[in-house]
Amino acid sequence: MDTLFQFFSENYDMITIVILSIFLGIEVISRVPSVLHTPLMSGANAIHGVVIIGAIIVMGQAESDNYLALILGFLAVILGTLNVVGGFVVTDRMLEMFSKKKEKIKSIYSK
Amino acid sequence: MQNFILYLSYLIGSITFIVGLKMLSHPETARKGNLVAAVGMTIAIIATIFFYTDSDGNHLSNYIWIFVGLIIGSVLGVLMAKKVQMTAMPQMVSLFNGMGGACAAIISIIEIKHLIHHGGEPSSLILLTILLGLVIGTISFFGSMIAFGKLNGNIKDKTLPAQQVINLGLLAIIIALIIVIIGGFTGIALITLFWCLLIISALYGVLFVMPIGGADMPVVISLLNSFTGVAAACGGFLYDNPVMLTGGILVGSAGTILTILMCNAMNRSLVNVIVGAFGGNKSGASSGDSAAGGAYKEISLSDSAVLMAYSKKVVIVPGYGLAVAQAQHTCHELEKILEEKGVEVCYAIHPVAGRMPGHMNVLLAEADVSYDKLKEMEEINPEFSQTDVVLILGANDVVNPAAKSDPASPIYGMPILEVENAHHVIVNKRSMKPGYAGIENALFFQPKTSMLFGDAKKVLQDLVSELKNM
Repeated sequence: MDTLFQFFSENYDMITIVILSIFLGIEVISRVPSVLHTPLMSGANAIHGVVIIGAIIVMGQAESDNYLALILGFLAVILGTLNVVGGFVVTDRMLEMFSKKKEKIKSIYSK
Repeated sequence: MQNFILYLSYLIGSITFIVGLKMLSHPETARKGNLVAAVGMTIAIIATIFFYTDSDGNHLSNYIWIFVGLIIGSVLGVLMAKKVQMTAMPQMVSLFNGMGGACAAIISIIEIKHLIHHGGEPSSLILLTILLGLVIGTISFFGSMIAFGKLNGNIKDKTLPAQQVINLGLLAIIIALIIVIIGGFTGIALITLFWCLLIISALYGVLFVMPIGGADMPVVISLLNSFTGVAAACGGFLYDNPVMLTGGILVGSAGTILTILMCNAMNRSLVNVIVGAFGGNKSGASSGDSAAGGAYKEISLSDSAVLMAYSKKVVIVPGYGLAVAQAQHTCHELEKILEEKGVEVCYAIHPVAGRMPGHMNVLLAEADVSYDKLKEMEEINPEFSQTDVVLILGANDVVNPAAKSDPASPIYGMPILEVENAHHVIVNKRSMKPGYAGIENALFFQPKTSMLFGDAKKVLQDLVSELKNM
């Protein structure tokens, strides 16, 4: 029990962030039209690419003679970047289709 | 000062993620929202590279490696994302998701090595975060790769006997291993158990996705997406990094809600998707569908062409078959030529037609099909009774009447397009094989239904030329 108390008091701010973020995530997403499910998932996919920051830290802290850490870290940076860049670009391409459609709706109404 | 800039950038990053997600959930602002999140991410990454310091105040080193990695990743990412066909979007998302999972797992591997080399008694909390990052990241990576293979058609659905028991068993082993490792092992024993954990997590990732039917892949990808979010958040805990923590948790919870919303759109529960994977339900489905077996009739190309040309109203129901055959442009051609002959043509879009919600809208928009011709399910269902011909292009489960009439069917309760109310139904499929749900479709055996076998693109091209010659 003591360890639990200790854990809580030491990480109070982290726990607060986690709990609030959970609620925020739920709040932000609710009531999304189903056509947006796929782009939204893809956008969220790009956002969890934030793991790249961990990869950069790991890479930047590796000793220059520790080749295993260097290679693994290098790989992690590449994979993380793929996740971020690919994710955002794919999402943008999907949403591009929607904006094209929107112009079409406008042109229908303006007729 | 440098710390101030770093944490300010992280705060900006966290805010842009929240604002970006919010904007992404509204059609008008979606594209901007994506951009906002991307800008925030870039700020956070650049700030980390230049301003991050460890507890002793040392800056990062190995800049060349970092930049080369970033450049390779960016170039590859842009190329892959730009080159991918619209139809292959779902598997691309899955692939990128897997990359993120692998990234999280690798971070854990390096950190555990680091811990061991530098000795000392690691706090059990740090060990737990490392292990969780490893397990969740690995499951996400292997699961996403299987999902990618399935959507790409490289991997078929497979169910092992007692699949659920095996999966639960693996999950239990994973939890037990985590507890044992934290319980206190050092050196060789620790690293051995660590690799065991990695292998079993990989196995679980594969077996978790393997039996789930292709039609449920969007739900699975969305779930794995939220897993990767949690794995990223583990990294946030490990490095005391607020932007990783908020970004990861945000995606974790938003992804979970999105997964549940997707299930709701199909009127199924998440547990039903995962545990009652369609494959596992097969026996129940076939017995419940005994009425379905029977004779079906085929229709020739020229008869279909004549039937449609002399109709007043034709409704096209696109499905995954259309997407696979890349037939959206030919489909638009057919629509135009029918309209020239004075036939009223529109499309009935089921919310989960294709592989992902909104898949058909995106696909048909690419082929320049006018937006007002795409009718949603609630809008089109009452119109079927005044429709002469319904042309179904590679859709199956979304028009299966068993969803309304047969409580034993695994898709029972899913809202469907009520095509059986139309005067004639022409079904284009490649064969009589059941759809992704693996269940028979009684619609195909109804007297008003005729089958038109063949690849959607080929059939549509032939129909267009028949109509031109008329």
